[in-house]
Amino acid sequence: MSVNIAEFRHDFAIIAGWLPFGGKVLDLGCGDGALLEYLKSSLEISGYGVEKDDANWLACMSKGINVIQMDLEAGLSDFEDQSFDTVILSQTLQAVHNTEGIVREMLRIGREVIVTFPNFGYWRHRAQSLQGRMPVSKNLPYQWYDTPNVHLCTIYDFDQFCINCNINVKERLVLTANQPVTFMPNLMGSLAMYRLESMPKK
Amino acid sequence: MSEINPSSLAEQSVGIVAAQTAHFEQPLCLKSGAILPQFDLVYETYGQLNADKSNAVLICHALSGTHHVAGKYNADDKYPGWWDNLVGPNKPLDTNKFFVIGVNNLGGCSGSTGPASINPQTHQPWGSQFPVLTVEDWVNSQTLLADYLGIQQLAAVVGGSLGGMQALQWTIAYPERVRHALVIASAPNLTAQNMAFNEVARQAIITDPEFHGGDYYAHGVVPRRGLRIARMLGHITYLSDDAMGAKFGRKLKDTIRYSFDAEFEMESYLRYQGDKFAGEFDANTYLRMTRALDYYDPALPFDGNLSQALDKVCAQFLLVSFTSDWRFSPARSHEIVKALLDNELTVSYAEVTAAHGHDAFLMPDPHYHAILRNYLHNIKVGEPS
Repeated sequence: MSVNIAEFRHDFAIIAGWLPFGGKVLDLGCGDGALLEYLKSSLEISGYGVEKDDANWLACMSKGINVIQMDLEAGLSDFEDQSFDTVILSQTLQAVHNTEGIVREMLRIGREVIVTFPNFGYWRHRAQSLQGRMPVSKNLPYQWYDTPNVHLCTIYDFDQFCINCNINVKERLVLTANQPVTFMPNLMGSLAMYRLESMPKK
Repeated sequence: MSEINPSSLAEQSVGIVAAQTAHFEQPLCLKSGAILPQFDLVYETYGQLNADKSNAVLICHALSGTHHVAGKYNADDKYPGWWDNLVGPNKPLDTNKFFVIGVNNLGGCSGSTGPASINPQTHQPWGSQFPVLTVEDWVNSQTLLADYLGIQQLAAVVGGSLGGMQALQWTIAYPERVRHALVIASAPNLTAQNMAFNEVARQAIITDPEFHGGDYYAHGVVPRRGLRIARMLGHITYLSDDAMGAKFGRKLKDTIRYSFDAEFEMESYLRYQGDKFAGEFDANTYLRMTRALDYYDPALPFDGNLSQALDKVCAQFLLVSFTSDWRFSPARSHEIVKALLDNELTVSYAEVTAAHGHDAFLMPDPHYHAILRNYLHNIKVGEPS
């Protein structure tokens, strides 16, 4: 297995930095398995993917990745409490219907949770909205009529969500064009990355 | 791991094949406590066993299957083996890579020792005296066949339905002897409803006046009517409502005649399948195969905890279910998946969208076959001999 340097993804590298070497990882909505393949080769993680699409499922299988075909909205009862080091939802949050339910399930299954999503507050998105159009960008590549995205949110919104749901944000990183953004991230950031855990019991 | 292009090479038949018989003189102790003093297993093989004997794949059959998995006995045979669409050169289970073994289970009626065989103690057919076998007994006997063929560890065990239970049992009972299990359209045990169908099928056979308590061989008759009804019932449960609707709907053969003849096409189909089966299958075998299905329940000694039952398993798994299969539903495969995940085992699971019900596992659906092809492609084996 090799990782194509030309397609190096900074978000993958950040996720890898948040995982323990050899850890046990569950990737929900794992797509074609590119992230798990990267994590397997770089960190020797033992990983499982969950994917409902037939073609993506086959792509995972071809890569030798463990993949469970199911709709993650249908429930994650196949997975026991705290049975994974990390549960990942990579750029899938915005397409999930039961957002709160799934984040809670992830926190039940994993000791840590990584969630990444396209920041709807990114200035390019705001600019398009101001021009009276639904935003279309590299991270939001769909037209309004064919998008699978149902729950778009901003970094500000997600921060509030974590507070309301009593979720501890261990780390937050924001990227634009693969580069970290620290100045006004909710305006300047295109991709938001969160490292979460259940709020420690007092 | 490389991508594979299914269309790159033409699928071929394994060609003309012949069955072989392995004779075992040692007694086989069965789960019931009964002992089979000696027995034969009839089997077929396809492909070549490699130098380090690391490429053997065992195919376990379901209720009415046999050792005749692929190829034909004669060029003019009407049909090839029962899973010929899976097994052959460049087929998903590629005999250029694997040495594939088909075996007729003990208690069968296709050559392995079964109820119609001669009991060496009485020199009469076993009939009612033939023991009730279990999935565990079958797997034990299959390991003896592997020994006989000089195979210490199977690359994979593959089975659908009752065959999937045998594949699962291999990984539980002989964890060091199997590297991969492909468990298709199967379940960790039968539900009450599923067992109920088996009971009706058995009652149809047992209450046939020509059953004679299972010793019909001596009377020169067979309980055809019972076996026929049992098979008709089975066929209904192997198809989905949609598949029957699509295949037959309410189509009439001719016209309504206000009779109880086969007026609807569905009735003709069931009668044809029932008659065909009753003419070639042994009723005592049918009783035992359904009983083996009923009894299989590896979680039973663990208070129903399947995860504990799979504690010693180390094989890697592929599970496949079919959306319209209500006799072995996707939810049942999920139970196995969950138990494997609890044990941190290597597992992939596919839920194939298919209209054919339980029968889908025998159909050459392109996506289903791509799943099997990809999985089997990734299994590592040693160099060819």
